[in-house]
Amino acid sequence: MEILVCVKRVPDSAENEIVMNSAGNDIERDDLVYSVNEWDNYAVEEAIQIVEKVGGTVTVVTVGDADADEILRREMAMGAEKGLLLQDDAFEGSDCKGIATALKGAVEKGKYDLIFTGAQADEGAGAVGGMLAAMLDLPYASLVNKIELGDGKLTIGREIEGGNREMNEISMPCVLSIQTGINEPRYVGIRGIRKVSGVEIPVMSAGDLGVDAGSVGAAGAKVKKIDYFVPEKGEGAEMLEGSTEEIIDKLIEILKANGGL
Amino acid sequence: MAQVFAYLNHKNGVLEDAAMELINAAKAISSEPATAIVCGSGIDAVATAAAAIFPKVIKVDNAALDYPNAEVVRKALVNVIPAGSVVLFAHNTFSMDCAPGLSVKLNASFVADIVGIDGVDGSTLKVVRQEFGGVVSTHVGVDMSAGAVVAVRPGTFAPDESKAAGGAVTAADAGDLSAKRKFIEIVAPEAGDVDITKADILVSIGRGIEDEENIQLAMDLKEAIGNAAEVSCSRPIVDAKWLEASRQVGTSGCTVKPKVYMACGISGSFQHLGGIKGGLLIAINKNPNAPIFQVANVGIVANIVEFLPALTEKIEEMK
Ligand SMILES: Cc1cc2nc3c(=O)[nH]c(=O)nc-3n(C[C@H](O)[C@H](O)[C@H](O)COP(=O)(O)OP(=O)(O)OC[C@H]3O[C@@H](n4cnc5c(N)ncnc54)[C@H](O)[C@@H]3O)c2cc1C
Repeated sequence: MEILVCVKRVPDSAENEIVMNSAGNDIERDDLVYSVNEWDNYAVEEAIQIVEKVGGTVTVVTVGDADADEILRREMAMGAEKGLLLQDDAFEGSDCKGIATALKGAVEKGKYDLIFTGAQADEGAGAVGGMLAAMLDLPYASLVNKIELGDGKLTIGREIEGGNREMNEISMPCVLSIQTGINEPRYVGIRGIRKVSGVEIPVMSAGDLGVDAGSVGAAGAKVKKIDYFVPEKGEGAEMLEGSTEEIIDKLIEILKANGGL
Repeated sequence: MAQVFAYLNHKNGVLEDAAMELINAAKAISSEPATAIVCGSGIDAVATAAAAIFPKVIKVDNAALDYPNAEVVRKALVNVIPAGSVVLFAHNTFSMDCAPGLSVKLNASFVADIVGIDGVDGSTLKVVRQEFGGVVSTHVGVDMSAGAVVAVRPGTFAPDESKAAGGAVTAADAGDLSAKRKFIEIVAPEAGDVDITKADILVSIGRGIEDEENIQLAMDLKEAIGNAAEVSCSRPIVDAKWLEASRQVGTSGCTVKPKVYMACGISGSFQHLGGIKGGLLIAINKNPNAPIFQVANVGIVANIVEFLPALTEKIEEMK
């Protein structure tokens, strides 16, 4: 089984306090700590488990700059055999469709049975996988939280509302977006990362991929972020203040008054 | 002006409430009357319900659409929707499955999970989105010149409950609906040992609990409060297998309506809040800017790993 997993380097929301910059049009980006998009670790783990069962190769790919090397290596330390970096100034400022267009180029340069993405990334769009599948005319399923291998096809479970699972049969090759909880991503230690530090990661440009530079990046983007802002706060919560003891006393009064104690 | 369509979800012959919100979303984009699209099999009642909300309804009735398999629905929509249109969805697990691919097939722009519409400037639709779990928002410009597919977060627009549209239903042909993905069945979640929907007080913990061993702090508080209380959680706690799935609150978990919901170390994502349907919401979070404080009734800025045991101790003392 040849599996391509698309991953993204994102600001780590657990490690950063997100604040506005002084100009008030963007977030402060100077000291942001980055990591792999949470969902992508589940996608890579699932791919590795499939290959451990039936053989094959897991390749991790990302669209990014030289900094993205570190997240590819992290996923390779998990057990992905190959990395691939799609890097070109032309990709800068891409919207979801631009990213999907670059990835399509990479898919067409290889021969993959399965293509995974995370169910969504830092912007919460969850769009790249579905777009990529449509561009390649491959079947697609989103929010996948169960995969059973069949002959030339898969039985997959999709997470839908209320904890229900929608079971489908899907033919291969296909594109799946992977939801958290499908597995338990393995731990990656410093030693694992060191082991893959020497592995060469090929870099492909728009030209290498056969991608028209005008169809990607800011030039091709039809969806553009204008600015960041902090929405005006509504009334918000009644904040309990004082010493811990005072707060606890007030809280207990509130719990009593509302039938909670 | 682009024509606006709204895809309406329905289940068991009943339209989802989001339909009444999408009509108002459509009005924020165009003054022209919007057209609803309902797909399915044997859906006359749903189409009639849609016509009470939308001035025009297109009904695509076909046995292959009996279950809304996103690949099949997408094919039907590509057949029915003219190039250059704006297509609205409610942002949910169906839109996540269908809408991005639809935008590619219609050669239209795509924007997901919008929480506001700031107006139309020429062929640019200006929308509002959130990032970093709602800590900051963004204005986003969407080029509609070749059409756009827009998924709107439920609750963004007030519902138009007047149901006085008196719309007309027309039937449309779905065309070829062959697909490489086949729907098999829906599997309901396994019942857990606990039923959090029955508790009066939920001590609900999120990623802020930090460690598996700290789960005990919530269990201790629950014990101190007594029978009426139960421990629930946000999704990352279930993903980490620290608690069973039946304790998860949210769109992909349980819907609860306790008297008191104590959100401890939970940021307030819309998927989590979507499962809380009432009661007094008390938020305890170490970050004073956590979005949950915007929606909570009572807020406490504290480290829950220290605060929860202190609260437990005080309640025990009172006994
Ligand atoms: C399709 C889909 C469905 C989903 N369904 C659900 C669902 O049903 N339920 C659900 O919950 N989520 C769901 N999610 C996930 C959701 O988007 C969020 O990722 C999740 O709710 C975040 O959980 P959290 O608030 O516990 O974690 P975070 O967002 O990481 O927030 C942790 C919070 O804890 C605070 N904190 C950290 N340490 C401490 C401390 N020591 N003391 C006090 N506070 C602390 C932080 O300030 C932060 O506000 C779904 C996502 C998708 C894509």
